[in-house]
Amino acid sequence: MPAVATVEDVSKLYGRFAALRHVSTTLERGRCYLLLGENGAGKSTLLRVLAGLLRPTLGRVRVLELPPAEARARIGYMSHAAMLYDELTARENLEYTAQLYPGQACLKAEEALGMVGLDPALTRPVGQYSQGMRQRTSLARVLLSKPELLLLDEPFSNMDRASAERMLALLAELRGAGRTIVLTTHQRELAEPMADVVLMMQGGALTTERA
Amino acid sequence: MHSALWAHLRKDLRIEWRAKDAMQSMLFYALLVVVLFSLAFDPTRETSRQYAGGVMCVAVLFAAVQALNQAWSRELRGNVLDAQRMSPAPASALYLAKVLANFIFVLIVEAVLTPVFVIFYNLHPMGDGWLFFAILPLGSWALVANGVFFAALSLRARSRELLLPLVLFPIFIPALLAMVLAATDVLTGESDPGLWVKMLAGYDIIFTVLSVLLFETVLHAE
Repeated sequence: MPAVATVEDVSKLYGRFAALRHVSTTLERGRCYLLLGENGAGKSTLLRVLAGLLRPTLGRVRVLELPPAEARARIGYMSHAAMLYDELTARENLEYTAQLYPGQACLKAEEALGMVGLDPALTRPVGQYSQGMRQRTSLARVLLSKPELLLLDEPFSNMDRASAERMLALLAELRGAGRTIVLTTHQRELAEPMADVVLMMQGGALTTERA
Repeated sequence: MHSALWAHLRKDLRIEWRAKDAMQSMLFYALLVVVLFSLAFDPTRETSRQYAGGVMCVAVLFAAVQALNQAWSRELRGNVLDAQRMSPAPASALYLAKVLANFIFVLIVEAVLTPVFVIFYNLHPMGDGWLFFAILPLGSWALVANGVFFAALSLRARSRELLLPLVLFPIFIPALLAMVLAATDVLTGESDPGLWVKMLAGYDIIFTVLSVLLFETVLHAE
């Protein structure tokens, strides 16, 4: 399968602290990668490097054959925080995001919200949503630009089991449509059945990789 | 560029309309300065003309800093700045929209403040009063264009609320002087404020262009 992203001997240093140590891996199209590790293992840093939000101190990263910063429009990134404005409704947040992708065929806000099981007619601002609803809105925001690579940092946190399973079903559908998914989670038992590859991180290094 | 700029601007105005954070703190602070100064100095019509321009500009300056300190806080709160960094929209659209939104907020404060000022300081300009319609917007733009840029620059600093005035005020001094002197010239009618107005316009162009050019680097800095 063609590679969507390649990470070659990447290290990320903050002074003397190494958040990533000589990480190398290849992400193939249409596969789901589960990134596991304890807090501080470097999972979020690796996702941010792949998203182009952090530059590696050493090594080389290519996403869709480009430096990540140049491929940003084709990457969907969901972080711990919702990346939404609390004062706006879900629909307003999504419509605003879509306008930041000029010339790109984005999903309609209602379509994206429908995919994650939220009612587009909700008039409450996001600040009044439960954590689970915020997570789902955040995923809808990521899906809006139809990214080829999805980087999801703890997408199931604060989500009830039924919502998490619904989200997993949606991710499986996206993988089936050829999207590459990298997700981190502490709810291993939930995501592992869906994962094609499990990556383990410890102390900033990628320790094991198994299919 | 235009659609992204419009999207950012509409979002900022909509959020402020709902939250009213910036406007309330700015209005409260500016009115407090104007009223307290008028009580402290008990100004007569003649003395007012000499220093009212300065008091007005300083009131706007301090009030605007309250808003500018909050200019990026909403983007930081939900980590929305990362979503903006990931989008293909030009960084300059984000910067210009933020400047325009804050410029509108400052103009509204000035519109409320000016009549209060005229009453409390018993003002009647001896020069061309209409020049205030050029001086106040030009001075406000200088303040906001720099303020938004330096607020973004100090985003990652721990004591950013302290850092912003420390960085902003020295850079804003030429514009502040031009604004104060132009306002005093209009109020006293003693000399032509044309030179100061031109200086303000030049300052605005130079600093807006520089900020637009440098903002992408600031936005994507780690």
